[in-house]
Amino acid sequence: MIRWDWIGGNLDQIASATLDHLVLTVIAVGVGFAISLALGLAAHRRRVLYGPVAGIAGLLYTIPSLALFAILVPFTGLTLLTAEIGLVSYTLLILVRGVVSGLDGVPADALDAAAGMGYDATRRLFRVELPLALPVIVASVRLATVSTIGLVMVTALIGEGGLGQLMLRGFNRGFPTMIYVGVVVSVALAVVLDLLLVGLQRRLMPWTRARSG
Amino acid sequence: MAAPRAATVEFEHVSKHYDARALARGAPGAVNDLSLTVPAGRLCVLVGPSGCGKTTLLKMVNRLIEPTAGRVLIDGVDVATRDVTDLRRGIGYVIQQVGLFPHQTIAENVATVPRLLGWPVARRRERADELLRLVGLEPGTYAARYPAQLSGGERQRVGVARALAADPPIMLMDEPFGAVDPIVRGRLQDELLRLQEQLAKTILFVTHDVDEAIKMGDLVAVFREGGVLAQFGLPAEILARPASPFVASFVGTDRGLKRLSLLRVEDLVLVPAVTAPVGAAGSTDLRAALDDAFPWLLLLDDAARPVAWVAGSDIAPGVPLAAAPSVAALPRFDLRTTLKDALSALLDADVHAGIATGRDGRVLGLVTVGGIAGVLRGQGDGRGDHRGDDRGDGQP
Repeated sequence: MIRWDWIGGNLDQIASATLDHLVLTVIAVGVGFAISLALGLAAHRRRVLYGPVAGIAGLLYTIPSLALFAILVPFTGLTLLTAEIGLVSYTLLILVRGVVSGLDGVPADALDAAAGMGYDATRRLFRVELPLALPVIVASVRLATVSTIGLVMVTALIGEGGLGQLMLRGFNRGFPTMIYVGVVVSVALAVVLDLLLVGLQRRLMPWTRARSG
Repeated sequence: MAAPRAATVEFEHVSKHYDARALARGAPGAVNDLSLTVPAGRLCVLVGPSGCGKTTLLKMVNRLIEPTAGRVLIDGVDVATRDVTDLRRGIGYVIQQVGLFPHQTIAENVATVPRLLGWPVARRRERADELLRLVGLEPGTYAARYPAQLSGGERQRVGVARALAADPPIMLMDEPFGAVDPIVRGRLQDELLRLQEQLAKTILFVTHDVDEAIKMGDLVAVFREGGVLAQFGLPAEILARPASPFVASFVGTDRGLKRLSLLRVEDLVLVPAVTAPVGAAGSTDLRAALDDAFPWLLLLDDAARPVAWVAGSDIAPGVPLAAAPSVAALPRFDLRTTLKDALSALLDADVHAGIATGRDGRVLGLVTVGGIAGVLRGQGDGRGDHRGDDRGDGQP
């Protein structure tokens, strides 16, 4: 069923597809996170913004991925940019919500104490609010990463796609081994990135592990 | 510890109205035209029912709330003219929920203000250790822990240590012990009083609990709804002479009993005891010396320390006194015992008189229920508030 000899002979092709997949994912989550952090902070400060921001992010999320790429191609062509616009759009809903609910979850008494002890707004944001919001924010980044790895597959249809390319070619040629490799490696990629983020979380937030006892 | 520093806090015709339209209709604000001066180095309790504006007033000092009218002065300087972060870094702030930063260790939490002030790391660490010891937490055990690993009482201690970190002349404490159980609260109160004896900061302490106010305050400001100052004075004064029916009902119908906790055996006129040395023989003279209302003789050892009570009816001429049936010479009080504790012990005792002894254990005289009642009747001039008296100018 599985052609191990093909796998053995095409390791470089698999590796380069995996790397493409990884790069597409990291750019999407990175850019999506930067945008979401800005939007989330703005929406947290000015509550009236949260409705529109969440609404637009939600609307983007409901557009089927194929349709979104079809709409974009006439404007941006079959390019990395097209792929990333779509991928970034899909991370926004998860990440904006993560940032806002993370900031909302910061204990009011810690903020009161911070203000009373003479933190200015910037310092309070970076030293108190963001660190305390981090567990929720990192959880949303993990979710966004895993879901982006899946979506990257779809970008194979506009000439990108990393492991998606491999699967698409396997499908067109009626060669299941390529499909299996695509599935297994993308799942492995998701697991590895998730574990890395968990590790980062534990390293950055030792206090989340400290409980009485 | 640095030399004690304190500052005078003055509220000058301060008002706070949250709703301009309600104000136009004549509705009262959260605080109304309030003037109050807290002398340097005193612990002033702001007490009153919820909605009386006491927390609002407290937060005006560090400008977490700005008054609608009037001024707040620290050592004569209007806080509105000060840079707000500078001002706050110079004022200790303790709140009921403590507000420790969960993501920082205890040592980091304590060193918050020194960090904001840019102290070098080594000095911050040293200061955190010093303060943890001051509030009774061993740095070796606690410094590296996170707030989630501490009990409520321990967290509250850390909150106090953090507020003291930069040695501020003023501390604002908003129901600091409201969230811990009564036993821990009592202990924390005692510790704060002990600390304050040493530090002599100007402390504004908000509570809704009259007993806490009486126990903690050098001075007590009683507020009523709508942010009106109902009475300001020494705790004993407020209990003895409530300025209005509101204050009288707020401090409670048991205010006589509450006053007892402010008075000590040294405030009493002691009743002289009829005494005899152990081994002395009974005589009709000794019997005659006893009062019918209190027919007990106190046996003393060689050093004039109390040994036992002897009932008058057991005194027989020629019979050595120690051989007669006697009762243990209890209860005993020293001069610092509060009259509340003394009365409670008296009511439990076999003989309804307590023995006041000096430091060397010698009998100074007797404490009686009548004597305690007498001092309550006679006392109404604020005498007996030792925390106030110790520092000289007792009047606000």
